[in-house]
Amino acid sequence: MTKFEPVLLANVGKQDSHKLSVYEAAGGYEALKGVLREKQPVDVIELVKASNLRGRGGAGFPCGLKWTFLPKDHPGPIYMCVNADESEPGTFNNRILMEDDPHQVIEGTIISCYATRATTAYIYLRVEYPLCYERLEGAIAECYQAGYLGRNILGTNFSLDIYVHRGAAAYICGEETGLIESLEGKRAWPRIKPPFPAIEGVFRKPTVVNNIETMACVTHIARRGADWFKSIGVPSDPNNPRDPGSYGPKLYCLSGHVNKPGCYEAPLGITTRQLIDEFGGGVWKGRKAKAAIPGGISMGLLAESEFDLPLDFNGPGKAGCLGLGTAAVVVLDETVSMVDFLHNSCRFFAHESCGQCTPCREGTHWALSMLERIRAGKGRLRDLDLLLEIGDTIGIIPGTTICGLSDGAAWPIKNAIRKWRGEFEDYIKRTNPRGYMETNPVPALHQIAGAH
Amino acid sequence: MSTTTRVLTPEMIAAIQAFIPRYPNKQAVTLPALHIVNEALRYVPLEAVIEIAELLELAPAQVQDTLSFYGYFKQDQPHGKTRAWVCRSISCALRGGEEVLERLCQRAGVKPGETTPDGRLTVEFAECLGACEYAPCMLATHHGGQAELHKNLTPEQMESFVNRLPQ
Ligand SMILES: Cc1cc2nc3c(=O)[nH]c(=O)nc-3n(C[C@H](O)[C@H](O)[C@H](O)COP(=O)(O)O)c2cc1C
Ligand code: SF4
Ligand code: FES
Repeated sequence: MTKFEPVLLANVGKQDSHKLSVYEAAGGYEALKGVLREKQPVDVIELVKASNLRGRGGAGFPCGLKWTFLPKDHPGPIYMCVNADESEPGTFNNRILMEDDPHQVIEGTIISCYATRATTAYIYLRVEYPLCYERLEGAIAECYQAGYLGRNILGTNFSLDIYVHRGAAAYICGEETGLIESLEGKRAWPRIKPPFPAIEGVFRKPTVVNNIETMACVTHIARRGADWFKSIGVPSDPNNPRDPGSYGPKLYCLSGHVNKPGCYEAPLGITTRQLIDEFGGGVWKGRKAKAAIPGGISMGLLAESEFDLPLDFNGPGKAGCLGLGTAAVVVLDETVSMVDFLHNSCRFFAHESCGQCTPCREGTHWALSMLERIRAGKGRLRDLDLLLEIGDTIGIIPGTTICGLSDGAAWPIKNAIRKWRGEFEDYIKRTNPRGYMETNPVPALHQIAGAH
Repeated sequence: MSTTTRVLTPEMIAAIQAFIPRYPNKQAVTLPALHIVNEALRYVPLEAVIEIAELLELAPAQVQDTLSFYGYFKQDQPHGKTRAWVCRSISCALRGGEEVLERLCQRAGVKPGETTPDGRLTVEFAECLGACEYAPCMLATHHGGQAELHKNLTPEQMESFVNRLPQ
């Protein structure tokens, strides 16, 4: 690989990297000035389309294409919601951007709002990020002062307000329509789609929902051009007409059993092994890796033998995972019990299911109670098939639920049991050799005192 | 519904009203309002729900419905002066997060979600604090003060954390 210069993290680590003066000294807001001076909104949409930027929030949907779904000639208002909910376990790249270089995100947001003709942007920020809140509020105030926000930005007739809206500790607020409901002051129950947010989003108006890192990428595409962005990453697969390629730099969050956990920038397409060895300083305690989550817990699991697949939007899918997700790689060393891992994962999703759809609400809790029972030494071999059945029925792929949470809950179950079935069987046989099952704790009617 | 004693102070009301121009309708101010009251009182009693609803021209049930969805807000009694969120999600669990949470609960004598009898500490579990590079970690918010992220914790550190809690 040729030497790669970090772009998204270029300012991170500089003294006062969150301040406007530092950002401007490194060329900040020049891209915005150029856009406002030289480009029409449609030109910006074309630029982002040409870059093939895919959303960094998890689904990898092409960003420019999403923007074109907004109705043409809508009288407005059009809203932008920047998704800073970041609650997928393992993921913290948005936090780094907001804490250490908030202006990079804000510049991208202003450019994106200009492109989409949005006049108000809400940054939906999880409440667990107090420093991000402070830094974003500080940076936004600086922008109003400097004329980058407010009425008639830099003397043009483009006006924009950005507000930070704090969530209240619920993973489902990251789902785009859950976010919209929450922003409107309601419980974060995802909406049935269609209508998609581009047609009817927040306050029933056309809305774009984009991730924080996506906004940062827009800044650099405006600054350096679409060709630069496309020169990084992995081109589209000619044998796969549905693959729009995986271009650009990406923030990978590395955590779990590595020596140097952290947020690292690399071209899309780096492998798990490179990430662990070149950035993470190897697996901790001199141990070997057993598995890794490729991009947040909802994406499933890669076995160590699959660590050479590229971490681009297509790679993890080739190993039976859901996808790249948030590119948050969590490493599990050889000592980790897959039973424990799956219990942790099922507990998360059972806790975070919003409860609207029966398969998700019941399925996530059912899987959790089975894992609790298996862990407690009361598992039976047939539980594994039942778990797989739950995994196959709670997802959105058969179209039984409103949002993707249940699908995310299913992938760790499917992957862990399919790839490590022997380990689950051994555990069950070891802890419950006779296949003993507690009898029903509810006494039969004839056993109840007084009944005849 | 009528209340005799008002719980929202003029400062809280002013802070809530300052959010109204940010949104095209008042219902969107629900979460900001709940945060303002929760930060001031450490909980959102039912009376406050009614007063928020009045301010935002909503039915109290609408505010209550939203509040009850988010486990973040307390209603029965104020949370402790310090609220400690220990992460139990995967990256932290892999590095001992569950042990840290357990030790904190033991030391404080409460279960997650509960407050110590002296009102100094509420222990909470968190689902991924988004600080996985510092696993296992804990976010502690001190009433009227700063929030601190405690990084790379060991169970032993929970002892001194509890000993050093502000009064
Ligand atoms: C359960 C669930 C949680 C999600 N959480 C987040 C999140 O925290 N941040 C985020 O940007 N996207 C999250 N997403 C994806 C969003 O729905 C949406 O696709 C994304 O914000 C779009 O932005 P992008 O196109 O820039 O990636 C989540 C999706 C689901 C189903
Ligand atoms: S799939 Fe689950 S989280 Fe999503 S809307 Fe349905 S119940 Fe809620
Ligand atoms: S898993 Fe604990 S902070 Fe992310």
